[in-house]
Amino acid sequence: MSIASMSLADWLPVIFIGLMGLAVLVYAVLDGYDLGVGILLPLGANDELQRDTMIASIGPFWDANETWLVLAVGLLLIAFPTAHSMVLMHLYIPTAIMLIGLIMRGVAFDFRAKAAVDHKLTWDRTFKAGSLLTSLTQGYMLGQYVMGFESGWSAQLFSALSAVGVTAAYSYIGAAWLIMKTEGALQQRAIRWTHRAGRAAFVGVVAVSLVNPLVNPGVFDRWFTFPLVMFVLLIPMLCFFAFAANEILLRRLPKVDDRHSWIPFVNVVLVFLLCFAGLAFSFYPQIVPGQLDIWQAASATESLLFILVGALIVVPAILAYTVFSYRVFRGKATELRYH
Amino acid sequence: MLDTLVLSRMQFAANISFHILFPTITIALGWILFFFKLRFDQTDNPVWMRAYRFWVKVFALTFALGVVSGITMSFQFGTNWPGFMETVGNIAGPLLGYEVLTAFFLEATFLGIMLFGINRVPSKIHTLSALVVAVGTTLSAFWILALNSWMQTPTGYEIRDGVVHATSWLEVIFNPSFPYRLAHMLLASGLTASFFVAGISAYRILHGDPKLAPRLALKTGLVLAAVLAPIQAFVGDLHGLNTFEHQPQKIAAMEGVWETEKGAPLLLFAIPDEQQRTNHFALGIPNMASLILTHKTDGEVRGLNEFEGNHPPVKPLFFGFRIMVGMGMLMLAVAWTSCFFLRRRGELPQWMLKVVVAMTFSGWLATLAGWYVTEIGRQPWLVTGVLRTADAVTPLAPANVGFSLTLYLLVYAVLMWAYIHTLQVMARKSVKVEEFETAPPQASGKLTNLPEATEEGAA
Repeated sequence: MSIASMSLADWLPVIFIGLMGLAVLVYAVLDGYDLGVGILLPLGANDELQRDTMIASIGPFWDANETWLVLAVGLLLIAFPTAHSMVLMHLYIPTAIMLIGLIMRGVAFDFRAKAAVDHKLTWDRTFKAGSLLTSLTQGYMLGQYVMGFESGWSAQLFSALSAVGVTAAYSYIGAAWLIMKTEGALQQRAIRWTHRAGRAAFVGVVAVSLVNPLVNPGVFDRWFTFPLVMFVLLIPMLCFFAFAANEILLRRLPKVDDRHSWIPFVNVVLVFLLCFAGLAFSFYPQIVPGQLDIWQAASATESLLFILVGALIVVPAILAYTVFSYRVFRGKATELRYH
Repeated sequence: MLDTLVLSRMQFAANISFHILFPTITIALGWILFFFKLRFDQTDNPVWMRAYRFWVKVFALTFALGVVSGITMSFQFGTNWPGFMETVGNIAGPLLGYEVLTAFFLEATFLGIMLFGINRVPSKIHTLSALVVAVGTTLSAFWILALNSWMQTPTGYEIRDGVVHATSWLEVIFNPSFPYRLAHMLLASGLTASFFVAGISAYRILHGDPKLAPRLALKTGLVLAAVLAPIQAFVGDLHGLNTFEHQPQKIAAMEGVWETEKGAPLLLFAIPDEQQRTNHFALGIPNMASLILTHKTDGEVRGLNEFEGNHPPVKPLFFGFRIMVGMGMLMLAVAWTSCFFLRRRGELPQWMLKVVVAMTFSGWLATLAGWYVTEIGRQPWLVTGVLRTADAVTPLAPANVGFSLTLYLLVYAVLMWAYIHTLQVMARKSVKVEEFETAPPQASGKLTNLPEATEEGAA
């Protein structure tokens, strides 16, 4: 389809897949770091103060972060209802388990601060387990999605790999968040965590990137077609540089006056962005790989227009007050206190 | 073994019943918090701040449970009811989308500022955040009730190739039952939150809390309930008349009317029997149902037999309706009696405090009963006249749905226990701990800002 000949009905699905992509990416980055903080939560007897600080660092944000998931799934539901049903039917059990994970961590967060003192550790364990469960199932679902929901053993193996990879990636961004938001002993610890999680995430990204074109012939053709290959290979190259830059920087942190403590986080965001771009490039305009493209799955034009008008007004407002909230809570996280 | 349809309906009922409990509290509690904060800004009286600070914690906890159970809800449409989105997705999608866009982010972001930002933003911005959160929860109710009402009384659409398309969004949103249902639900939330606030405050006072804040909150809750309860009775009546016009089979089941009759009695008690299509042990006031529904003693009420095979199950509606109305009347009586005591004596006697504690969750019971009436009352339709519930269900194997249902039920049971237990812990903790948030602690360690009669109150 040439761009000039595209009508509004052709454009709307493209706009909505763009919006949905934005929501997924923002979700992965934002909930990624707070899930990561949950995964990293140390459960030792002497770690309580550090746990409090870690959780305080995500306190004002986690709820809004999770809302991006609702928006992403909501956009899938609104704009591509057929794909929504197809995806969720295939992923019924992992979705149920992910939801349980999200419930566990969402409530543990509030219960730990308010329950009787002797229950606090139980809620911290719940928080960690919920974060881990959510990350693993999300990674598994990503793997299943990439594999076109096949149920064979190789697809399962790939999905398991993806589950571990996503969990490592979330830990990576969570640890980098902590470097930025904490100080002292906890920051030292976060630097070590970032180091380790970064290597694990690197292995995961490489493995997924190698397996994906091997099992999906369409993806292989798309990536390795001359002369486009020269251009698109920039994605993995930049990604490699972001990993490498962090690897070098982490050895020198923390610096005097806490300089550069925000750079690892920005680098990880870059990694997320590039991985996302790679996946999008692999499959667009397919919305269910190998089965459905965005035009086949799109809802009626009048419905898309109705929601688009609202989205164009509201999404900038959401981004604006999200930025406002991050400005309000800028600086190092201190002890969690309700006001 | 139960089939996928029954299991999916059970799962949906379990999810939505669990979910609605928390928004029902937070929608109105958000406004109560805004009121507390505003009063503090106006009067500089630290007691308002103290009340605010206790209830904002309860709000946060309740809100979190609403969020997580709401996320679960949002996945249900896709996982268990694919036919719903395939047929009416063009209507349901945008309405749900607007809820996320206009309400969810607003609530979530400003709740963060409301909870943790008091020292980081000017007091005015903090008060504004409380207002924004309250507006957000109410907006959320607006969109979700627009969708629910559209499913009850759909307008502003046409069907092309078996798929519903919107022809007028104004008619879709402001469908005939929407204004009544929205008003009824917002008032229900107001009543639920007022008894919740009054109940927990009474619990604190009964456990020897000498402070002024719980007394203030108790009074706020009871006065609010006393004002809202009669309004709710009035709005509920209007809602009933609207239902009578658009869904007569639902009213027939609620009233247990089998044959179309003029001068139908208002049944106070009966056991409807769907097999024999009659009522047992009926006890009623002659002509009263006709009078209420048509404002004429011999007005015609259409009976269930006119809708045979196409009307909702009778028993749950008949009893659900009576539980809801009964709870409403009890709430009215308790609120007014309490306000009478407050006016005459300035406080509640011990036994009355205990009654108020017993009523803490009365709003939950009334809300659930009411929702069962309206939702079961829509059956066998998912969208009245457009889509049958049985046609929308997932083709998944029953075992899958059974597995997820078991998982959800287990988690919900644990959470319900934890929620109520934690409320109790928080209330008891607040009895002992003086929160020195507005006045520095005295050197002697004595509590500040206490009512005059501290000593005997602490006993």
